[in-house]
Amino acid sequence: MLSFTKIKVLSIYLILILTIFLASLNIKNNNLINKKINLGLDLQGGSYILLEIDTKPLVNQKLQTKVIPIKKLLNKNEINFKDFSVSSNNITLSIEKEQQDKFKNIFFKRQENTVNNFISEYNKFELDLEFNQNKAFIKFSNFGLISLNNAALKQSIEIIRRRIDDVGTKEPTILQRGDKRILVELPGIDSPTRIKELLGKTAQLTFRLVSKDDSFGSEKLILSENNEELTVSKRVVVSGDNLVDAQPQFDNQSNQPLVRFTLDRQGAQKFGKITTENVGRRLAIVLDNSVISAPNIREPITGGSGTISGGFSFQEATDLALLLRSGALPAPINIVEERTVGPDLGRDSIEAGMFSLIVGFILVIIFMLIKYRIFGLVSNISLMANLVMMVGILTLLEATLTLPGIAGIILTVGMAVDSNVLIYERIKEELKTEKTIIHAFDTGYNKAKITVIDANVTTLIAAVILFIFGSGPVKGFAVTLGIGITTTLFSAYFIARHLTSVIVLNDKEGKYFKL
Amino acid sequence: MTNKINFSKFFNVANIFSVLVVLISILFLFFKGLNYGVDFKGGTLLEIRIENKNIQIQEIRSALNISELGDVNVKEFGKEGDFLIKFEMNANKNKKFIADLKSIISKKINTGVNFRRVETVGPKVSSELLEQGVIAIALALGAMLFYIWVRFEWQFSLGAITALIHDVIVTLGIFSILSFEVNLSIVAAVLTIVGYSMNDTVVIFDRIRENLLKYSKLKTNEIADISVNETLSRTVITSLTTLLALFSIFILGGEILKGFSFAMILGVIIGTYSSIFVASPVLNYFKVTQKTLLKDDDI
Repeated sequence: MLSFTKIKVLSIYLILILTIFLASLNIKNNNLINKKINLGLDLQGGSYILLEIDTKPLVNQKLQTKVIPIKKLLNKNEINFKDFSVSSNNITLSIEKEQQDKFKNIFFKRQENTVNNFISEYNKFELDLEFNQNKAFIKFSNFGLISLNNAALKQSIEIIRRRIDDVGTKEPTILQRGDKRILVELPGIDSPTRIKELLGKTAQLTFRLVSKDDSFGSEKLILSENNEELTVSKRVVVSGDNLVDAQPQFDNQSNQPLVRFTLDRQGAQKFGKITTENVGRRLAIVLDNSVISAPNIREPITGGSGTISGGFSFQEATDLALLLRSGALPAPINIVEERTVGPDLGRDSIEAGMFSLIVGFILVIIFMLIKYRIFGLVSNISLMANLVMMVGILTLLEATLTLPGIAGIILTVGMAVDSNVLIYERIKEELKTEKTIIHAFDTGYNKAKITVIDANVTTLIAAVILFIFGSGPVKGFAVTLGIGITTTLFSAYFIARHLTSVIVLNDKEGKYFKL
Repeated sequence: MTNKINFSKFFNVANIFSVLVVLISILFLFFKGLNYGVDFKGGTLLEIRIENKNIQIQEIRSALNISELGDVNVKEFGKEGDFLIKFEMNANKNKKFIADLKSIISKKINTGVNFRRVETVGPKVSSELLEQGVIAIALALGAMLFYIWVRFEWQFSLGAITALIHDVIVTLGIFSILSFEVNLSIVAAVLTIVGYSMNDTVVIFDRIRENLLKYSKLKTNEIADISVNETLSRTVITSLTTLLALFSIFILGGEILKGFSFAMILGVIIGTYSSIFVASPVLNYFKVTQKTLLKDDDI
């Protein structure tokens, strides 16, 4: 165990030098290799926001869009039906028993099915159809719900990304988490109130006419400016989907902030037609079920461009324009978890963490030096190499260092000496029975090997499980702990062993053997 | 080793003691329960720093006498002027809430307030996090059990797992008795304790196995005694260096790491104790001898 070939020695120290170089990248900016350890949000300050989409309203909305196609399909195929109704998650109707099979066949037709899409990805239909007596129930199949959910999640991520990019945050992270959640990490943000408001808004914009009476197909909505209750038609003239741009501006006369919007060609045509036919009536501008403003149509607007004024501050106008530009979220989004750390707390945490790391390190070094003298020195050199290698590997992986991660490094420092202690204590025992010193070292290393591996594998198991189940900062702890175990094994079995062998082989008189 | 301590003489006393401590811990966990932080209970946590250091904690408490917050808990946190506030309400229902609360507090106590940290966890996420934490610990125990079973015999595996369960229950029991907060980082600490205690146990077991093959005539207890003594200096030195590092975090690492390092310190002490006084006696109960090892080798 004490003999090393030249190639082995060379590669051990090459690896060490390589990791020292990698570690040094954190101190000086290197243009060739741009790698660095990232600081976690708890150390650099920032916001961690977990969002969850609520697809329930979307399911109902999508069912509503099926109503007309289903009725058309039934009529076309001369199937008699009655009691057609839509609830939050299904459509019910009555069909005579004799015609039910016919309906079933048409409903589950693979080709040219305009009602019930076949999802080839899952090899299943989007909708399910069940009969009970003469009642028929139509609802989304599980796979239909999954594909609906996935599409909504993807679209939401895209829109959230647009909104955050528009605000101009540095290096945001936006990731999908599970099948309903979106993780947003915003480094450097001190107060996420504005972002939270921007993320939480569905921003469904519609232009609808204000009705004169409480006729069928209208609803009561509140005008947010003065809490006036308006009866607004449910028929949408133009929606946010037709919007191509929106910008905040100041009104030429009143100097009030407002939002100028531009519609696409189709939207402009519809808008022109409605405003021409309804001069003198009020047009409600509805955002997420509340009316922002409801101006009188003074003259036809045919240019496809208009303004929304609603007594905004300039900030509100800017945010509204941003929301309209980025588009509407397909489903409402709720914040289910938020963690924000201010930059000064982050700085304090780094300072305290680093300080305790240095103190812990020095304490361990002094202890080992007193206990094992020259071999304590060997162990300390390998401990330092261990630390540098850890930093090097963290840099290579561009890992994120968190406060618990620093704790993981300190813990590694404490536990890393364990391998050397195990080996030295074993050698001490062997020295009592073995004839030569070299033999004692050799068998000592050999016999301790199994124990060292067993002992480290168990800690590695804990680290891996932490990595899988941990979230955020705890994951950072698992990463440093896991890397620490690997570098510990390397430094104890290669670096420390090589240094020990140099000492043992050169010390013929045995003057260092007061372990 | 020259310093021979007759550990096995204390095995019976230690076992009664361990069983008692575990029972007390279970009673506390059952009746008093754990003081869950917002990670597991849901709600909102604020770490604030106020400019006027003369403000007393009572003034902050009365400033937070707002009914919609629910149960409010305020405590001093490290430096003067730093406070930790926890309340039941999920502050994310209203997106402006945190900003509003800041100005309300600032106005009521008449000084500048800095929100250094805000954590809000909804009820669904918090129950998921708790579930994940429990699964993680159970999985870690299972994985360790399996590893030892593969590397040693089943009796060893049982001994190790008994020690680990002892460590987890007693650590959590102490947290319950002291009403210390249990959050995500405590789960991390418990998992590390599991790893550390296992590490300690494996070193002793390794030696027991080696000695079982060496001495065929000795009883299990005598073998355990020899092995614990032979590895004792290593056990002590490693525990010491680890504790040096941990105390350094506990004292100097800032308030956020206090709970974590405290749990780890407890765990290292309990884990070291359990390797000697819980794991090894279990082998004795199963009368593990050289035959046990050789018999299994034949299969």
